[in-house]
Amino acid sequence: MSTAIAVVLLLAVATYAIFGGADFGAGFWDLTAGGPERGEGPRGLIERSIGPVWEANHVWLIFIFVVTWSAFPSAFASITLTMFIPLTIAALGIVLRGASFAFRKTVVTVRFRRIFGGAFALSSLLVPFCFGAIAGGIASGQVPAGGKAGDPVDSWLNPTSLATGVLAIVLAAYLAAVFLVRNARQVGEPGMAAYFRRRAVVTGVVAAAVALIDFVVLSFGAPHVFDGLTSRALPLVIVSVASGVGTLVLLVRGASHGARALAVVAVACGIGCWGVAQWPYILPESLTFSAAAAPSGTLTALLVAVGLALLIVVPGFVLLYVLDQRQLLPEESVEDVGDRAVESGTG
Amino acid sequence: MVGESVTGLATLAAVNPVPWARSQMAFTLACHIILVPLGVSWAFMTLVANYKAVRHDDRSALVLAQRWSKYMAVTFAVGAVTGTVLSFEFGLLWPRFMGTWGDAFGVPFAFEGIFFFTEAIFVAIYIFGWRRLKPWPHFWTGVPIVIAGVFGSISVVAANAWMNAPTGFTLNSKGEIVDVDPLDVIFNDAMPLQAAHMVVAAYLVGGFMIASVYAAGLLRGRVDRYHKLGFGIAFTVAAVATPIQMGVGDSLARWVFNNQPVKFATIELVPQTGSDVPERLLGKLNDDGTVTGGVPIPGLASWLSDPSTGRATVIKGFDTVPPDERPTVAETNIVHLSWDIMVGLGTLLFLVSVWYGAMWLFRRRLPTGKWFLRVAACSGVLAIVAMEAGWVVTEVGRQPWIVYNLMKVEDAATGNTGVWITFIAVIVLYLALGITTIMVIRAMSRRFRRAGGFAELDTPYGPVAEAPPAEVVESRP
Repeated sequence: MSTAIAVVLLLAVATYAIFGGADFGAGFWDLTAGGPERGEGPRGLIERSIGPVWEANHVWLIFIFVVTWSAFPSAFASITLTMFIPLTIAALGIVLRGASFAFRKTVVTVRFRRIFGGAFALSSLLVPFCFGAIAGGIASGQVPAGGKAGDPVDSWLNPTSLATGVLAIVLAAYLAAVFLVRNARQVGEPGMAAYFRRRAVVTGVVAAAVALIDFVVLSFGAPHVFDGLTSRALPLVIVSVASGVGTLVLLVRGASHGARALAVVAVACGIGCWGVAQWPYILPESLTFSAAAAPSGTLTALLVAVGLALLIVVPGFVLLYVLDQRQLLPEESVEDVGDRAVESGTG
Repeated sequence: MVGESVTGLATLAAVNPVPWARSQMAFTLACHIILVPLGVSWAFMTLVANYKAVRHDDRSALVLAQRWSKYMAVTFAVGAVTGTVLSFEFGLLWPRFMGTWGDAFGVPFAFEGIFFFTEAIFVAIYIFGWRRLKPWPHFWTGVPIVIAGVFGSISVVAANAWMNAPTGFTLNSKGEIVDVDPLDVIFNDAMPLQAAHMVVAAYLVGGFMIASVYAAGLLRGRVDRYHKLGFGIAFTVAAVATPIQMGVGDSLARWVFNNQPVKFATIELVPQTGSDVPERLLGKLNDDGTVTGGVPIPGLASWLSDPSTGRATVIKGFDTVPPDERPTVAETNIVHLSWDIMVGLGTLLFLVSVWYGAMWLFRRRLPTGKWFLRVAACSGVLAIVAMEAGWVVTEVGRQPWIVYNLMKVEDAATGNTGVWITFIAVIVLYLALGITTIMVIRAMSRRFRRAGGFAELDTPYGPVAEAPPAEVVESRP
């Protein structure tokens, strides 16, 4: 049963990486959009695209926490004790992002807009970096088993963590660019579509390069995961790489469909191969999933909750996402600055 | 010099992370709990307005429901952010607690997640639906928000209640959990009454909060149907919830008397076990264990604890447990004062509710006297203070335990000495978040006033945009 929960956990991580990642990546493009005038077009598109699904996305993160602390409590304690600093930065970053995203649109002067916009964009970089660094730290065995704290700094500022953190930022930017191409087309802004298509191609290539570097770093930083990637997780690695290449081809050709789906597959398989490669360890080579697992009563309750979620939440989430992607949610019809901030749902 | 004193301060602060962890958790929870009533009860009030609008073709009620749904989205989003922070803090501040008890304590949160997710989705769909759905189907998309809100808060409170009445697990000789019965965890002894107390509180506080805004509007001379409706719906919800809350609260106090005697002794300031214990209004516990000051009402605490035995009811005092298993003197005084504040404000709000009910019953109209409206305009803040005080009673009253009789707070906290830094950062960020929220809501309010209706381009329930009625053009919630 602990295997089933581990699969659920991995799926939740992949989902958060995709939906949350795209949101954070939008912040990256906001940061790099240039001065107030030059960046007006992309920023406007980002503001309109990021809104309503935004708050629902953090539920995936909460879900990851809940599953980890309920199903693998001792591993959760080890991770939170060791990764205190990056987790704290990520938490503060999430608050800062939410506050500044809304704040920016309630203030009128350009100077203050830039300050809050900068805070929004910077925290959009910090949060994925921290999560990537934590993942890298776990993969490279920096988190000791038994509810103990590892090194507070080295555990997330080692080569594997740094490479994975940067990879997380690039992947988020890449996903966001691919998503924004589609959004721009849907609202009939071909100029913006081309703008983000170029950026999607560039970040796609950069992501491939960083992933390759990360792969090399893993070979000495996280040998267990590296061995897994080159053996049992190899099929997933191949699917991930193939989808990534396919996305690039579609983007370069300017295909109207398919790029987004392939990009999602590429990232999901990327997360998937991490999980398969690390198997059977939740904390590599010191704690297995089955050894860390809570009693069967807890695991059963979690699986029941997941079943209920599939029945209740997934249809609703799909409906919401479809409505959002079709630009049917009311943000688009509202011209007022103050109001848009609000509907973007950041507060 | 400055550098030295900062380093000195850092060393001092770094000595013990426990008080900092407690402060940070208390601060973030205190902020989050203000948003909870809005998340739980505002959707219900919005649906009441929505129902009036559709059933009686009431344009003012329609505008009210639409605006409320948009404000609700903001407070809901802020609540989502502060709630996310809380789930980080479980791990960051209380890793030993989660590591030891996560497999039992964590279970209710899995179900809370479902309800929260449902709520988030339907909040978005409901707001979307104003333009796209037919009136009744749209109304029904709001109903899941109400249900999910209630069950979501029940789930969270179930986890908190479990800390007061930990059941549903088996420990081995090393004190590790080896078996969990998730139903016994969720439906622990403290859960039914504690959950009821919080859900009713959400309606009570949410109702008074919204009503106080419209009471202020009425006081400023914005006496129109829109403001009267906004005030009437919200205040009626609060006025119905208040007497129910007194009953639920009374039962919960008796549950505490029977199951958490030390917390009860803290609430009632009872150093020595005995009968005929006075109900002391205010007053304090001194370091030497004596109780002085305040107004003692002879025998009332005993009588209230169990009316069947009256003043002969024996209340257990602090002397039943060793000093390290009861709240400190300072904590005791905080709990007792908070209790007095909660009960006092609750009673005041009850009297206001009775006044309101009497006006409806005998005059068939809203009470619109200046003094009534002034009190009503303060009722939101008073209700929040009462709720915060109640939460202090249950949390501080459980000290020194984090899991009642099983784990102490000091054994649960992180050993990380940097918590004082994160605490300061959190305060700064939450201040920014609070200011942002108020600014955003005020900006919306201004925009609504300018636009008059929902939004120029939105055409609720129909293809043709109607001109908003004149009376709402100048209105402002």
